[in-house]
This record gives sequence, C-alpha cells and structure tokens, in this order.
Amino acid sequence: MGKWTRRAFITTGVLAGGAVIFGIAIRPGNRAAKLAGLVAGDDETLLNVWLKISPDNTVTAIVPHAEMGQGTHTTLAMMLADELDADWNDVRMTEAPAHEEYANYALAKGYLLEDPEFPGFLVDTVDGFFLLATKWAKLQITGGSSAVPYTGMLAMRVAGASARAMLLQAAADQWDKPVESLIAERGMVREIDGGLSATFAELAPRAAGVPAPSNPPLKTQEEFRIMGTSVPRLDIPAKTDGTAIFGIDAVVPGMKYATIRQAPVFGNAVKSVDESSIENMPGVRKVVTLDGAVAVVADGYWQAKQALDKLAIEFEKSDNDTREQSDIYEHFAEVLDAAKTNGEEEIDFASGDADAALAGAARRIDAEYRVPYLAHSPMEPLNCTAWLHDGRCEIWTGSQNPLGFAAEVAGALEIELEAVTVHNQFLGGGFGRRAFPDYAVQAALIAAEVPYPVKLIWSREEDTRHDFYRQATISRFSAGLDSDSKPVAWLNQFVDKHEPVEATRIPYAIDNQKIHYATSRTHVPWGYWRSVDHSLHGFFTESFIDELAHAAAQDPYEYRRDLLTDQPRFRDVLDLAAGKANWGAQLPENFGRGIGLQKSFGSYVAQVVEVEITDGKPVVRRVICAIDPGFAMHPDGLIAQMESGIIFGLTAALYGEISIHRGAVAQSNFHDYRMLRMNESPAIETHIINGGGKVGGGGEPGTPAIAPALVNAIYDATGYRIRELPISNHKLGPGGLESKDVA
Amino acid sequence: MTMITLTINGETRQLDVDPSTPILWVLREQAGLSGTKFGCGIAQCGACIVHLNGNPIRSCVTPVAAAANQAVTTIEGIAGARPHPVQQAWIDEQVPQCGYCQSGQIMSAVALLDANPDPSDEDIDLAMSGNICRCGTYPRIRRGIKRAAAHLRALQEDSSNG
Repeated sequence: MGKWTRRAFITTGVLAGGAVIFGIAIRPGNRAAKLAGLVAGDDETLLNVWLKISPDNTVTAIVPHAEMGQGTHTTLAMMLADELDADWNDVRMTEAPAHEEYANYALAKGYLLEDPEFPGFLVDTVDGFFLLATKWAKLQITGGSSAVPYTGMLAMRVAGASARAMLLQAAADQWDKPVESLIAERGMVREIDGGLSATFAELAPRAAGVPAPSNPPLKTQEEFRIMGTSVPRLDIPAKTDGTAIFGIDAVVPGMKYATIRQAPVFGNAVKSVDESSIENMPGVRKVVTLDGAVAVVADGYWQAKQALDKLAIEFEKSDNDTREQSDIYEHFAEVLDAAKTNGEEEIDFASGDADAALAGAARRIDAEYRVPYLAHSPMEPLNCTAWLHDGRCEIWTGSQNPLGFAAEVAGALEIELEAVTVHNQFLGGGFGRRAFPDYAVQAALIAAEVPYPVKLIWSREEDTRHDFYRQATISRFSAGLDSDSKPVAWLNQFVDKHEPVEATRIPYAIDNQKIHYATSRTHVPWGYWRSVDHSLHGFFTESFIDELAHAAAQDPYEYRRDLLTDQPRFRDVLDLAAGKANWGAQLPENFGRGIGLQKSFGSYVAQVVEVEITDGKPVVRRVICAIDPGFAMHPDGLIAQMESGIIFGLTAALYGEISIHRGAVAQSNFHDYRMLRMNESPAIETHIINGGGKVGGGGEPGTPAIAPALVNAIYDATGYRIRELPISNHKLGPGGLESKDVA
Repeated sequence: MTMITLTINGETRQLDVDPSTPILWVLREQAGLSGTKFGCGIAQCGACIVHLNGNPIRSCVTPVAAAANQAVTTIEGIAGARPHPVQQAWIDEQVPQCGYCQSGQIMSAVALLDANPDPSDEDIDLAMSGNICRCGTYPRIRRGIKRAAAHLRALQEDSSNG
C-alpha cells in the first residue's frame, strides 16, 4: 500500500466498513450482535453500541475513551443521558472494550464532514506510528481533546436521541397511541395526558426491534437538563479511598514482576548480557533480552529491580553515542540555513508577499526562539501486565489507544488481533504518552517467555529516558512594521512540523505572511505531548507579537486587540481575561503582568499572568484564564482542565528540559526533571464564555498560552526577553538580566 | 527472608519478606493493598506516603524492617463508618483528576490536619510540597484541606459541647 492521503485513508475505511461510518451511533441491536457478549448480560438489551439499558432501569453509557483525569467518562455519559432523557441517578458508565466496533467512527465522520477543526494529527497516528493498524477502524484514541467535540457531539448525543426515539416508538406501538402523545423523562415514557407509563427497561426489548432513526432531532441548548451542569464526576470517589484500579494495580493470579533497562542511546541494540552477575539473587526467575532492552523477571518488583541494577549488560555502540544537545541545536540551525539557501523551504502558510512587504517596511524586527525536548512524566510509571494462554494474550494496562495496543501486541506475537484482549484500566496520567504501545509490546514479549502472567513496571528513570518527546526546536521570526508601527509582514521559519496544522497560525490581521519550515534528522523519538505543536508555537508567536507591541511602544493587550479585526471570539476572551485581571492597574514593585492568546482544539483561550521577581527567580502569583469552548458541557470539569493545563504549561515553561548528553537523555527522575509543586502553584481563576458555535475541547487548550503569558510578564517586570525555555536557565533581576546560564 | 510483624490499618499481620524491601512493595504485593502508589522510588514525589505510628513516611525508601512491630496506616485505613473528612472534602471539591497521586496527597493532608487543625496557606505549602501532582490539582487540594479543616473543627466543637 502506498502512502495514504488522509482522504483516501478515510475513504478506504468507509468502503471497508460499508454504511457503518454514517451509522456511527445509530446501531440497531442486530448490527451489534457480536458485541452483545462483551458488554451485555443475558437479560440486558443492547440498544446500540453506545449505551445499554439494564432490567433495573440503569442506563450504561459505553464510552470509547480512556479516563485519565479529564472527566471524559462523566461528560460523555452526560451528553448521552441528556438526549435520552435518562435519570442521571441511574446512569452508569463503562469504558468500551477494545473492539473494532468501538473505533472512533465519530472522528472519521468529523473528517468526512470536512470539518476544519478536525485534529488531523490523529490521522497521522495511524499513518505513521501504528504501522500495523492498517485499517482506520483500529483507532480508539483518547487524545486531541476530541472526546467532547467529536465522540460526544457526533456520537453520544445522537445515540441518546435515537435510543429515546426508539423507546418512544416502542411505547406508542405497545399502547397503540400516537407517538406525539408521549413524552420521555427521567428514565420513563409516559402519556402526556393520560395514565400510561413504563420504564425504559420495560420498553427496551421492544425498542431494540424498532428501526433506528438515522437523524434524530437533538435538543437545543434551552432544552438541556444535564449538559451544562457540573454533576459530580463518576470516577472521583474511588480516587479518594484507594479503590480505583490503575494499570499498575491489576492483579492476575500467579503473576510475577518484571522491570526493564533499555539502551540509553535510542536505537542501540543489546550486545551481551552476563547472567552470572546476578546468580543466586533471591526471587529472580528469568532474564529476557528484547530488541534494545533487557528485562528481569522476579517474584516481586523490588527483587527484579535489585537484580536489574546488578545485571551486567553491554549495549552496542553507534554514531549517536557522541551526540550532545548542542549538536542537535546546531543541526537545527543548519537545516534552517540550508533550506533558505537552497530554496527548499516547506511552505506551511503564505498570504500576500511577505518578502516584499518586509523589504519595504519602515522597521524590521528579528528574533530567534528555542524550546527543549520535554517528557510527559505521568505520575503512574509505565506498566503493563500480560498473560499468554490458550493461544491468546490478555493485557491489563492504561492506554489512550487500546485498539492500537491490541494491534501492536498481536503483530509482535504474530497472532490474530481477535486473540488479544485489552483490559484498559484508569490511567495515572497520559498527556499523550499512553498513546504509544511500546511498554505493552514489551510486556507481551516477556510474558511469551514464561508460563505465568507478568507485570512489567518501568522505573521512573526508564520513564524519563525512554519517552516519545515533545520536540526541541528553533523558530525564527522577522516582522516588518509600517510607519504607524503596525505589522505588515510576518515571516516565521522553524524546524519540524507535526500537528495540528493550524498551530502556527496567528489570528492577527497581517496581510503578508510566510510561515515555512525545514525538517531535521535526530535520533530522539517524537511524541504527542499535551497540546502537541501548540505547546511550542503558542510560546513563539505570542512572545513575538509581544515583542512587536513593545517595539511599537504600545500596550501588548491593546496592540493585540487592534489586530483582531473580524476575530470576535479571540477578542472576547482577550477582553475578558484582561478585564478580570484588571489590566493596566498598578502592580507592586518587582511585579509584572503578561498576556497570551491561543486557539487550540476548537477552544479560544486568553491568559494573564502576574509574576513577582524575587531573588532572581520568577514566582507566578496569579493566573486569570478566559476560555470560549463554544459551550461548556461540564463547567467545573472545564475549569479543572484549565487549572491542569496551566500548571502543566507552567512546569514546562519554568523547569521543563530534557537534554541529550552522549546520545542519551541526561535527566532521570523528579530531582532533575522538576515538576511544579504546591508552594509554586499560583492562584488560578477561570472565566467561561459560552460563545456558541462548534463545541471545542478542554484537555489541551489550557496549556499553549501560559508560557508566553509568563515570559511576557517577566519582560514587563524586568525588561528582559526570554527567548529560550526553560526559564530556570535564566537568572533575573529587578532591573533586567543579571546573568544567563544556558546549558 | 524473615518473618516480620506489622500492624496494617489496625490488623496485625506476619509477613515473610526480605527485611530490606521498601514498605511500598510489601503493602502492594504481599498485603494486597494497592492504594499506596509507586511514583519515583527516590522519595521525590510523595505518591507512596503512608503513616508510620501516625507520622507520614515515604514507603518507597523505608525498609519494612524499620516498621517491624509498629503501626502502618494506608489510604485504605483512614475512613471510619464514613469517609474521612479529608476524603469527603476531596469529593466535595472534586479534587482528583487522574487520581494516581491522591492517596499520597490525602495521607499528607491527614497528617497535616492531625498536627494543625487550622493551617494557613504557608502551612499547607510546607506540608504539601513533598507531593507532586502532574495533573495540577494543587488549587483544589488547597481548598480541600481548608474545607476538611473546617469540618474537623466543627466536629471537635460538637464533641466538646456534647
């Protein structure tokens, strides 16, 4: 098969799946027959793949996304339950089994609708990394802030509404009454002007035989009863008493424990292992050599870890062994220079004639920015329990992509996809890392060597050193200002483009733009990291526009605002954040205030940071966040995601740095890859605009604007412009730069 | 391997373990209590915090021998007939996100409130900065501690008045 274009890729899936693609959630029982055994008991009726109704009238929403703290299980269940007119007290949630029928049909539909907001990088996931996932239907991804805008809006709501219509029709048939004379509310269907009533459960068997409406009417916002409220999250109680089961907590009778060491330099192979070095160590069962890694299996994790630390392993050498971080940045500069010299720039976006406008501008401003590699560092170290038996493989893990994991494990073991069962558990953090199945494949290959189940647990050091990293990059800017200090040319050249495509775009009215990039070659693995390309380009573009404002001697908020012609939603969040922050009011000495603005995953976000400089260090005192997601399905959940995204972004801006030394990652654990802690956590206030229009995501949009808002605030306080992250590499003084110490 | 006696959540248990094994792994793998979490293994993140005789310790670096014949309390052991006020506050403030660090956060918060029924923001910073939350639930943890403190003080007043 040649390189798929996105359209052909999706279309193939549509053809392979027949009408399924437009069927999304509208699945009469007979189409879901082969799923019945997976999710329904003998006495339950599977109305369609997205919900089931039990004899006790509980409605179970079957949510095709993993819960990693973003509240998706609750929010998606709400969207379905509201359209169904279920009683929320009787609504339960279960995560869909890893099964092709549950693949992200809704994502594909979003794309087929030619939705410009569709997170295209989800397509690249299949195109690039998951080479074995050769059918689009093997996608079951939690990422790209896609759950609410796609699965929720296009599938869960439609599923709920169609099931409701089927239940109403079933009641009408049973009672021989016109359907218009009936109403559904709180888990019941009843006559509007009569005494007949029945529970959903009583009607469900008949309803399963009613033809599903293909296009049931959805509620208007005024009709919502559950959507838009902040119902308590379903997963929280179990997360306060130790009963929530994460992947690492899975218990399979008879299991042993394994831990692993991978070649410190990415891509190097194992040369030799001297097992005599751990002879007679207690509890050790087996040493397993994999591609570029060695694992020790023992009776307990601690025994495995002790033995692995003692085990004499030699890895092969490669040209990468001498690679330093400075070499990588030099390489970036070279590819940028070469692309420019050779005219081999890859155009990302162009409008007008940027070169001519720059040449003719009254003033020219240039700047170069850098960001380092970043690791995800979810609190739960990577782990997977695997058990091979009876020609099958069962795995217990936390995955953002259980179907992709199943496909990868099946490929590695050379068994059929159907012979792999994924028991997906709560994820102790994901942020993109748990979309990559490397640890599940390792667990399966280790388990294939022993006659018992094996729980593979990575150490934190392996987690830090063998991630798929947010890219390091260089981004160069040139802008031309006219005699009124308005920008007339915007040129941006950077290294390596991933997704989403629009991450580099600015909302500002600048007629002549040229955004282009060059592609690097490094041995450091790349991965989706919360907000993906927005995490870097948000920092670059919102820092540089701030530089233009200061060059123009104008207020950075007003300068942005004036350039947001025909961008009312951007303008509204900017105004709201600035207003709530009391923008322009006098701040105490050594304080600064900065603003950042970025739309990502369909949601518009503006953030204002107040920073204090003490002892040469920035202390973030307060963050004011304004978000317009179109409509907040679960306002408190959205606020929690803004807090989360902001603290995630602040950690990266202040401390985040993965660097390469002798070809390997230099950092190892939380002492040298620092996380923001309670004493550094600012007061955060979030203000929501339900701006209407398409509903955007929540998990990622809180992150991109915070780094520029912070460096802009530091500039305001000190006059020192930080163009390289992390900020902790810079020593600041109240009067500006005191010294700079970049590794 | 050695027989070691531990009182875990009020129940005395004899466990046949290597005495150098960190308490964390004994709890998780021998005692079947998986609420206490592995995060870093080097006393940096606090996910593994339990109480030893009422004091918070990092179970990932404390050998089980150091707890012999003493009382260990884990997240599974702090509720009575009802959730502990800290647990209830965590539900009321909707604190957890992924939830993985929250056992350790709650054990730190319970120890703080045992020692200081009315903690200031600075007290909270001091007591809670040994616990990392990658989801960034710090603002809600702070609110949760204040809510639980108020609840505990009210309970205390009730019992002293009654």
